[in-house]
Parts: sequence; structure tokens; C-alpha cells
Amino acid sequence: MLVVRRRRIALRLEWRSVVVCTLLAVVLAALAVLALMAGSYELSPGQVVSTLLGGESGIVREIVLHWRLPRVAAALVFGAALGVSGAVFQSLLRNPLADPGVIGFAQGSYTGALIVILVVNGSYTQLAGGALLGGMATAVAVYALAYRHGVQGFRLIVVGIGVSAMLGSVNTWLMLRADLDQAMAAAAWGAGSLNGVSWDQVVGGGACIAVLLLLAALLSRAMRQMELGDDAASSQGVRVSPTRLALVVVGVALTAAVTAASGPIVFVSLVAPQIGRRLARTAGITLAPAAFVGALLCLGADYLAQHVAPTPLPVGIITVMLGGGYLGYLLFTEARRRL
Amino acid sequence: MTTLTRRPVGPGAATAPGPRRRLIGLVAALVLLAALLMLSVMIGSTAIAPSVVWDALFHPSPGLDQYAIRDFRLPRTIVALVVGVALGLSGALIQAITRNPLADAGILGVHAGASFAVTLAVGLLGIRDIQAYQWFAFAGALIVTLMVLTLGSTRQGRSPVVVVLAGVCVTAVLGGAREALQLTNAEAFDAMRSWNAGSVTGRPLEVVWPILPFFAVALVLAFAVSGSLNAMALGDELAVAQGVRLGRTRVLSVIALTLLAGGATAIAGPIAFVGLMVPHVARWIVGPHQSWIFAYSMLLAPSLLLTSDILGRLVLRPGEVPVGIVTAFVGAPVLIALVRRKEASGL
Repeated sequence: MLVVRRRRIALRLEWRSVVVCTLLAVVLAALAVLALMAGSYELSPGQVVSTLLGGESGIVREIVLHWRLPRVAAALVFGAALGVSGAVFQSLLRNPLADPGVIGFAQGSYTGALIVILVVNGSYTQLAGGALLGGMATAVAVYALAYRHGVQGFRLIVVGIGVSAMLGSVNTWLMLRADLDQAMAAAAWGAGSLNGVSWDQVVGGGACIAVLLLLAALLSRAMRQMELGDDAASSQGVRVSPTRLALVVVGVALTAAVTAASGPIVFVSLVAPQIGRRLARTAGITLAPAAFVGALLCLGADYLAQHVAPTPLPVGIITVMLGGGYLGYLLFTEARRRL
Repeated sequence: MTTLTRRPVGPGAATAPGPRRRLIGLVAALVLLAALLMLSVMIGSTAIAPSVVWDALFHPSPGLDQYAIRDFRLPRTIVALVVGVALGLSGALIQAITRNPLADAGILGVHAGASFAVTLAVGLLGIRDIQAYQWFAFAGALIVTLMVLTLGSTRQGRSPVVVVLAGVCVTAVLGGAREALQLTNAEAFDAMRSWNAGSVTGRPLEVVWPILPFFAVALVLAFAVSGSLNAMALGDELAVAQGVRLGRTRVLSVIALTLLAGGATAIAGPIAFVGLMVPHVARWIVGPHQSWIFAYSMLLAPSLLLTSDILGRLVLRPGEVPVGIVTAFVGAPVLIALVRRKEASGL
């Protein structure tokens, strides 16, 4: 345990977490350089690094800073946001399968986006707005329906399953009625893609995400205490109900910011906290490893989707397969070791 | 995940009705099902009188109404009946063996396996005939369920939590692969978006007959293990003390439920929620008694499916909504109401 004390702030860090996060950061930097090199106009590592440090000019500078960097930055920031969002929900519901999808956010935002694409035929901004509105409205509805003298985790999950199933039906129905081209475009958005991410979206989304990550960090101590149970936490001075609501809002808002910019990149929020916990060998869910693993998963998946897959695919498809496969492998080895 | 290990002790456990009232309830459920079967044949884009239905079934003669009944409404009614029975029983079985009130065949990867196999058949092999690709769906469902159970098993037997996680992983990986195939193949995408909705129309009865023997085997297996499942509801150790052979019971139950859920998906596509909902209602009526839960589920599930199918024909006349889309709308409010009740111990 590493304890850093200043006058008002005490920072408690676990050594293994620090080492793991540092290593992940190094891997992330290497992967980012690799992603900036790859493409139809190949660059050398030296060119990439010197451009980032302010050197180079002309076409190389244009390619790195304006074509490739937004995408890489988006993958890093969005991935970290998704990882933290999942960690918050899994800690809150004390359930390894929880993520904002549990309270219907994913299905709701997809419904909102489908209505914009298929019914209104709206622009990209309207699409983002529709997705946000749909997701938020669903999350609020699920929370309200699960509310009965406070919100209990299990009830929230069941209500979320019910509402998600209904919205899933609506989505299937909308897809069935649309013509094929529109439906395929909608499905591509629904798979989650970083195509067409620009600096505007990265900066706008990134600013929101930075604020939210700070909030999550401030709440994380109370969050860890609440893992011990509501009674234990309130006896230690945590105000349970407002904290829980604040955590739900932060978790949903993180996913919402990502969804608005890139469509629902699923599974990162589900898997990243689990992988992070296993790498850092922490007792519960911790935020920092989840954020780094989320970023790594997103960036790696986007690299594979763009440059390794035979045709460029939406990044969400790769995150599902990578994350699912890795979680399966972890389960498999863990089950063997435990028994 | 404490929720996964709750016992299926229904809210009515303390006041479970006696055998006589259970029997009366069963007869009532049977009458309800019969009435819905009749309604399903009568109601549609044009309403057909009962007498015409009777004539069409027993004194066939040419005529538009009789043609509509024999070639369209009767087959879809039979499909809904068969698929409903299979879904209800498979749902009751999986909730009994995992002791998880939220388990449904989808968790074991049945739907994911079936739709992946159908996408392969349609997208890569160019198969368009439902009678040909139903075998892909069936095989896909069986193989993937086996995979999930192998991945989820440990040396001490299967832990329900690990099985559920394994199901999520396999579903995710296959789902991603399926989506990748669909997004690069417009024809497969088009075929799959209607298959994925889950429907009981447009299937000739020749799709149903070859699956029936599998259902018969599963039915026998399910009732054969129902006594052991009752004992297992009390916990594995107590069940062993009562002479239940855990391994054998689990294997037989899994065979039965895979055949049922896989067969139903092969016929109608993925229909969610029926298998999840109905066993809860059955348990609520009869209390924790597996063979009664099975019997009630087998009658109530087709009733739910037929009701949804009839509603699907009525809400957008003259158009139709596939039954797989309606079931969630009928089932989800009931589920939410159940979980909001004060004593939601059955969930």
C-alpha cells in the first residue's frame, strides 16, 4: 500500500494497481503509435513521434493530426469512459454482469437513433440527440419503475430486463419496416463505430468525460464502502441514497457521452472492470484499472477492425468478440484453478 | 450474485392448493387454450364464423374462407401450439436446474447458436428454404448449448453462475461474428432481420413434423426427472440425502431442455420471454411442485403465444406484427408488476 498525504488529501494506492496501470499506459502509447502509423499511407514510428512533438510538416502532419489522431484519441477516451461506467455499475449492483445496459440505456439509445434514422431521416447531430434522449428517458423510466421505498439492486435488474426486452421488440419492428439500405446503415450505427469521428466530437465528448471521470474518482471511496452493504456504509457516514443516485447518473452519463459520438460500443463496460480486477488482483472493482483496460480494448479493437479484418468493420463488433472471448478464457482458467 | 442461487419457492408456497384444486385449475387452463385455438383460427384479416371453421375442418369444400383456414390459419395455429408447449416446458426445466428465476434458454446460447448457424446457411451457403435451414438452426442451438455447458462446468459439477457467464461470453462472440457477416452481406442481413423477429406464420407444417419426435423424447425425460428436481430445489446436499443422482438428473434435464428450446427456435425463430414468464405464473398458481409446474407451463405458454399472435394480427390491421415482437410487450409488464409486488420472493 502506497499512501500519499498532503494537507487535506490522502491518496491510498495499491502497489500492484500502480504497476499494472503504468504497464497498461506504456502498452497504450505503443499501440497508439502503431495505430497512427497504419493506413493506406504508411508512416514510420519516427515520423509519427516527431509529428506529435511538433516536428514534420505538410502531408505527414495533416495525416497524423487531422486524419488519424482524432480516431485514436476517441478510442482512448471513449474506452476509458466505458470502462469506468461499467465499473461503477458493477460495484453498485454487486453483480459482475451489470453495465448501463442493465437499466436499458443501450436499447433505449438504439431506439432513439433508429427513430431518427428511419422515421425522421435526420442529420448526424439529430442522431446523437435522439440516441441521448432515448437512452436517458429509458434509464429514468427503469429507475422510476424499480423505485419502491428505495431502489434495490435485484429489482432494478429485473425491471431493466423487462423494459429492454420491450424496446428490443420495438427496434426489431422498426428494422423490419425500413428499406434495406437504411436498415443496414442503422445496424452499422447500432454496432458502434468510430468512422467519421472528428476533433469536434473528441474535444466535446472528451471534456464531458473528463468532468465525469473526476466525479467518479471523488465518489469512488463511498462506492467501495457501499460494496460492504448499505448499513455498513451508512454507519461509516456515507449518505447511501444520494450517493447511489449520483453514481447511477455518472455511470449513465459516461456511456451516454460515448454513445452520442460513436454509437453503442458494447461489451467494453461489461468486460473491462472484470479484466482490470483480475490483472490488478484487487478485492473489489476499482476504477483506474478498468479505465486503462477499457481504453486498451477500444483502441486494440479499432485497430483490428480497421487494419486486420478483411473489410473494415464497426469497432463494436470486434469489442464484443475480443471481450467475450477473453472473459470466456478467464472463466475457463479460473474454474480450473479454483477447483 | 446471490440472486442466482435463490430457491424457486413461489410466493404461493405456504398456501399451495391441494391436488383437487390444481386439477380444476389444469382443466381451466385447458379450456382457455382450446378457446384460444378456436379464436386463432377465426380471427384474422377477415373474421370467419365458427360454423365455417367447423365445416373447413370436418367437411372440406372449396371456398375462399375454407382455403384461408386450411392453408394459413390452421398451420400457424398448430405451429404456435407446438412451439408454445416446447418453450413453456424448456423454461420450467432451465429454471428448475439452474435454480435461477431469471434463466431462460437464451442464456445458454440457444438463440445465439441458432441465429449464427442460420446466418451461415443464408449468407455463405445461399440456402433460402426454411425447411433446409431449420436443421442449421437446430444443430447450431444444440452445439452451442453443449459448448456453454462444457465451458461452464468445473470439476465439482456446474455452478449456475459460471454457466450463466459462459453463456454471456459465447453469445457475445457468436453475436459479433454474426453481425460482421450480416453487415458485409446484404442478402443475409435482409433474411435475418425477419428471421430474428420470431414468427409462426409462413411456415409449412412440414417444418413442424420432423421436430416432433425430439419433443416427444424431451417430454418423457422432463416428467421422468421432475421428482428429482423437486428434491434438488431444497439444495444439492438434501437431494443427495434423499437418493437423487444429481449428475444424471442434470444431464437428462439439459438434454430435454436443449431439444425443446432448440426445436422451437428452429421452427419459429427466437421468441423471447415466453419461457421466462410462464413458469413464474405456473409456480405462482401451483406452488413448488415440478410436475404440476411443467403441466401448467405446457398449457399456459401456448396460450400466451396464441394471445400474442392474435393481438399481432389485430393491432395493425390489415398488416401483422410478428409474434416474437408482441410477446415481450405482453410479458414484460407482467414481469415488472411481479417484481414490484411487496413479497417478490418467487423472483
